[in-house]
Amino acid sequence: MISIDAIQKTAETLMEKAAIEIPEDYLDGLKAAADVEDGDLSSFVLQAMLENYEAAKQDRRAMCGDTGCPRWYVKMGNEARIEGGPIALETVLRRATANATRNVPLRPNRVHPLWRTDHDNNVGIGAPEIEYAFEPEGDWIDLVTVHKGGLFGTDYRMLFPSDGIAGIKRFYLDSLVAFGKRGLACQPAIIGIGLGGSKDACMVLGKRAACLRTVGNRNSDPRIAEMEREFKELGNSIGMGAMGFVGKSMVIDCHIEVGYCHTGGMQMSVHAFCLSSRRAVARIHGDGRVEYRTDPNWFTDYQRRETVEWNVLPSLSKSA
Amino acid sequence: MERASKPKQIRLSTKPTREDLAALKIGDIVYLDGLIYTGREGVYMRVLEGKEPLPLSLPEESAANFHCSPAATVDQDGNITMGAVTATASFRFSKWIGDWLRISGAMLIIGKGGMTSHDYKEHFVPNGAIYLTTVGYGTGALLGRGIKRARDIYWRKELGLAQAMWLIGAENMGPFIVESDLEGNSLFERENAKVSANLERVYAGTKPAVLKRFGETDDRSDELIS
Repeated sequence: MISIDAIQKTAETLMEKAAIEIPEDYLDGLKAAADVEDGDLSSFVLQAMLENYEAAKQDRRAMCGDTGCPRWYVKMGNEARIEGGPIALETVLRRATANATRNVPLRPNRVHPLWRTDHDNNVGIGAPEIEYAFEPEGDWIDLVTVHKGGLFGTDYRMLFPSDGIAGIKRFYLDSLVAFGKRGLACQPAIIGIGLGGSKDACMVLGKRAACLRTVGNRNSDPRIAEMEREFKELGNSIGMGAMGFVGKSMVIDCHIEVGYCHTGGMQMSVHAFCLSSRRAVARIHGDGRVEYRTDPNWFTDYQRRETVEWNVLPSLSKSA
Repeated sequence: MERASKPKQIRLSTKPTREDLAALKIGDIVYLDGLIYTGREGVYMRVLEGKEPLPLSLPEESAANFHCSPAATVDQDGNITMGAVTATASFRFSKWIGDWLRISGAMLIIGKGGMTSHDYKEHFVPNGAIYLTTVGYGTGALLGRGIKRARDIYWRKELGLAQAMWLIGAENMGPFIVESDLEGNSLFERENAKVSANLERVYAGTKPAVLKRFGETDDRSDELIS
């Protein structure tokens, strides 16, 4: 049985880590981009960002003033049991979000869409979002918080099989160019692409591709992995860098996730995670141990399964 | 690889003289000293549409308007803790900016992403104002370090923490980039023109979607298919 107090305490720590500590994989990706950037203004921007991450860690202050919209991804092993059940779990995730907003502090970004009511704690109707997934084995719970920033950099389009790869490339470039101007997408970023599913599932896939996979990680389908490499290259060949200035750093990495869709369609979404790629992860084991990390390891073979039954031998499963 | 030349860096008062601003070129890097106030749609609507009087003397106290909501909190005794600060995108405030510059006497508009050179020539140039863009975006922790202290907060209850008007004391706060000059030239527009020259080559081999959307055609009677 996993104690509810341990979940709240861990969740509050995760909120702070996400806001303050840039994940190592993104930092390494940005340093690599800074090494090859030769646009004078773009280079200045990337150097300033690298200094900013250091300042945030030294001062224990949020790396960006717009601390994004905190959300939770929760994953449980099949044997995990939560003290108080799912209602208690959701209560403490909401409480941790509100407490961290005051204590870090974070910017209270969440308001009612019409009445602009602001509880000053990032909690409200549907906020924070809490999404769930499960794995076949384990007595643990993984808590992932993502504080996705930005109003820009995301788009959706219904494409069709006849649009093909050329149409996918066009919409990808359109999204990068449109939102990259003046740096509204806060690039260079991890770009997530969702393909297929239904309209809502497609948006979810693209967002998770951007926020829940690390720089350098590749899709388990080798042909999709090849597309990811090609699309990263394509985005960086636009000639646009940080803040929309002339440069070559637009995409730190490109991740593509797919879902089976209607036979007549090919839904596509594009999501840009920003220069402050805020994600933090912890696993709380059944025995109370807590391990912090920055890789959500969300897209396991189980999450991408294609079959009716899941009967892969436990020793072959990558469900950790 | 040839290393990029480092842009020029300048300290600037938040109550600058016209000569100070005339010396700035687009692309220069600026660090600010003095009082800065935040103001975005909430403040603009309250003052310009609601005709509420300004809660402080402008531009006597500050001529620097930051399009910003800080990551900050106010305790029950009114003590302010300010962590990181970064700007919000300014293009959304175009409809208010002319009246705001006239009423506030602001000479520095600080934000994210700039505004159009049309706005600069129409509103900024006649009021002797320029635009400074934040960097990144955003260097929230670096900018937070440049805040000596949060001096005051106005309309906290009426507008909420994010939209309230914060008065902050800056010391060597930056970096900011000079996006527009006193003639109304825009750095972003200059850079965008250079990037655009490359786009045809990048798009080679892609094709337009078989189903168009409004916006790609302005003819609402268009069948949209191609």
